[in-house]
Amino acid sequence: MDHTVEPGIYAVGNPNQDSPVLISANYKLSFDALRKELKNINAYIVVIDTKGINVWCAAGKGTFGTEEIVNRLKKVGLDQIVSHKTIIVPQLGAPGVAAHEVQQQTGFRVVYGPVRASDIPAFLKAGLKVSKEMRQVRFAFIDRLHLVPLELTISIKYLLLLIMTFLFVTAFSPTGLNWNPAINLLLAYLAGTVLGPLLLPWLPGRSFSVKGIFTAFIAISIAAHFNIIGVTKREMSAWLLIIPAISSFLLMNFTGSSTYTSLSGVQKEMKIAVPLQSTALVLGSILWIITKFI
Amino acid sequence: MDNNQVYLKNVATLKLDVTKCIGCNRCIEVCPHEVLVMEDKKAKIVTLDACMECGACAKNCPTKAITVKSGVGCAAGIINGILRGTEPTCDCSDPGSCC
Repeated sequence: MDHTVEPGIYAVGNPNQDSPVLISANYKLSFDALRKELKNINAYIVVIDTKGINVWCAAGKGTFGTEEIVNRLKKVGLDQIVSHKTIIVPQLGAPGVAAHEVQQQTGFRVVYGPVRASDIPAFLKAGLKVSKEMRQVRFAFIDRLHLVPLELTISIKYLLLLIMTFLFVTAFSPTGLNWNPAINLLLAYLAGTVLGPLLLPWLPGRSFSVKGIFTAFIAISIAAHFNIIGVTKREMSAWLLIIPAISSFLLMNFTGSSTYTSLSGVQKEMKIAVPLQSTALVLGSILWIITKFI
Repeated sequence: MDNNQVYLKNVATLKLDVTKCIGCNRCIEVCPHEVLVMEDKKAKIVTLDACMECGACAKNCPTKAITVKSGVGCAAGIINGILRGTEPTCDCSDPGSCC
């Protein structure tokens, strides 16, 4: 599917030389969202070339950046189209844009607009004033709920591979094919990809991998309740290692979807968590295999 | 609004040299997590643990009073980077869902 919009200047409504100018990435979904919010407003949109990537991600890479804005303003001849000297840049583009350099090089003053396109009409009405609320990136329950389908699918092939391996082992064990391990693995997966994201702010600890251990306890309680966690103490111990390892790792990966984790923070938690997670998974699996054959 | 959007304690690399600050307010404008406030015409870091190291404040500081080691706070991105021998990167196939 083509996600790009041709870079250039676009009119919304019937703009004139005094109309506001908004800068947008050329990711189709962002552009369409912006146009939708500008219904009944006369404005110009200058679409810059971000290779079809959204504003935030393109700003991180620098493709939504000072240089591209400067070049694009010259290319479209904005100073011939409007008589004012102000451009509105989405705030989430700021990691790539140096406002003072844009002004030095083009004469246009950068006003950072709100984070969400839906706040743009209010922002324009207020004379380009952004409230504190409009500046904040949220990560509310509903935002996290929207991410669950993606989290569920993103690692599904590893889950299926793991389930197949475990079923394979049971099929060759003296007790014969048994589906309980598959359910336990699925519970661990759901603990990391559904429970974790949804319960995030209420889970103890600040690092996501620690939060993932707590959702693992929920999964373990469910498995224990339905008597599928194993019959021997040794098998139970195996699951007590495997389920937290999986859930913790998956929730740690949710840092990438969250809106507030930092690179140095994630690096710090991974340095401790990844060795523990892999050790727990390997030890747990070996222990579990042993219980199936001894 | 969730008030608990803070991450690990005292880990973010954000630093502010107040002596260079000219009080232009840009850093406060661009920060998505209210990490900085303006006090007596000078910027001040108030919630360091909420800093996601996006780099917007440093980029927009005309006097380079702010420094931060910016990057993606993404475990998969860090693993990607290690596997490819590059900086942490979130490059994946779908441009809509992920960086």
